[in-house]
Amino acid sequence: MSYRAIVIGASAGGFHALSKLITQLPEGFSLPVFVVQHISPSSDNYMVKFLNKLSKLRVKEADEKEKIKLGHIYIAPPNYHMLIEENHTISLSTEKKKNYSRPSIDILFETAAFAYGKSLIGVILTGANNDGAAGLQAIKIAGGYCIVQEPAEAEAEAMPTAAIEHAKPHKILKLDEIAALLVELDNQVKQKK
Amino acid sequence: MIKDIEGKNQTINIEIELILEAIFNKYGYDFRNYSKAHVKRRLLNRLTASKLKSISELQHKILHESEFFEGLLRDLSINVTEMFRDPGFYLTMRKEVIPILKTYPFIKVWHAGCSTGEEVYSFALILKEEGLYDRTQIYATDFNHNVLDIAKKGIYPIDRIKEFTFNYQAAGGTQSFSDYYIANYNSVIYDQSLKKNIVFAEHNLVTDSVFAEVNLVICRNVLIYFNKELQNSVVNLFYESLVNGGYLGLGSKETITFTTKVDKFEVVNGDEKIYKKKII
Repeated sequence: MSYRAIVIGASAGGFHALSKLITQLPEGFSLPVFVVQHISPSSDNYMVKFLNKLSKLRVKEADEKEKIKLGHIYIAPPNYHMLIEENHTISLSTEKKKNYSRPSIDILFETAAFAYGKSLIGVILTGANNDGAAGLQAIKIAGGYCIVQEPAEAEAEAMPTAAIEHAKPHKILKLDEIAALLVELDNQVKQKK
Repeated sequence: MIKDIEGKNQTINIEIELILEAIFNKYGYDFRNYSKAHVKRRLLNRLTASKLKSISELQHKILHESEFFEGLLRDLSINVTEMFRDPGFYLTMRKEVIPILKTYPFIKVWHAGCSTGEEVYSFALILKEEGLYDRTQIYATDFNHNVLDIAKKGIYPIDRIKEFTFNYQAAGGTQSFSDYYIANYNSVIYDQSLKKNIVFAEHNLVTDSVFAEVNLVICRNVLIYFNKELQNSVVNLFYESLVNGGYLGLGSKETITFTTKVDKFEVVNGDEKIYKKKII
């Protein structure tokens, strides 16, 4: 299977989990990664700066109508939803909160499922609500690959548990295993090229 | 099965294009150059919420039931707004733009895509505090007459007043915010004298043209719903509407970078997306 993008959703405890996951993606990792981390609407771009410093890949806040580049990690800005366009650019939106969240994981996942179809990998990490469950299901229906963090390992288990119940993911894994799997899937993509 | 899903998505996209074409022909509203991901989300949400079975059923309802279309119009025009949204924008206006505007004997301000009006009253209030309001004409426009009706009334639910008070202070407010509204049951009514120099009018950024020459255009969180081509044509419309040295204020994630007028503006404040039309 040839994948073209990864979407990741995280909430409570997500900052730590993302740090751990993203640092394990090696230089030359080719798939673009889109991340929604639930965050206070008034927060600055501290998280983006921090992750960018830690990561071997470029981590940046997503810009409106930005063209998607390989090997970049795009983080949704606080108080905006991030949508993926089918022409592979990013749109932002101030529409109302979904699951009490803006950015909402569901909105990223659902639009990315349309944009990438079966070539999309969706990952749900730790969190204390059920955002992302419907989005992950949309990815599954579109033929994409679904991964959820093992609830026992997650700092908050509600979100991974909801995603597992709702979307019946292909894999339920620990963070380290998720990182290893993403690297493996990316290597398969690179070999095909 | 996967092939079916891809084919289905393609069919959905074609049907959506047909619906947008139909809306334009029947009602004159042009969503054809809106962000596709946005329009698709709104239409599919409406489909689910209305318990319709297919997009063709949706099209039938849109064309034959104008009330149903009004509902859809509300979906497509995002009307999420608040008093002093992004206080930093208003603070920068107060510190960097209004002092220059004060040097004019009389100024005109155009709030394009003003939605339910909260940000129009916010800015009017700042003009008042800065002693410029009586020398200002404000045009507040939106393509959606339903939201304009709310804007004209200036009556809003009370539930978020705490948050707005905080915003007001962060925006450099010099008074007590409660001096500017009267609370009544579950509503607040803003100081009615703020309306004196505001004209609310229907104007569609997609299909209408320049209607006044102004010193300042404020258009926040509207362009993000358009595709690049439409963003470009709307920024050109703003350029044509501005006097030399006039200002343009956009939403904090919006930019003129991808437009043909990028070299015709100087950046006043990059974080708050405030630009100034270069003097030729």
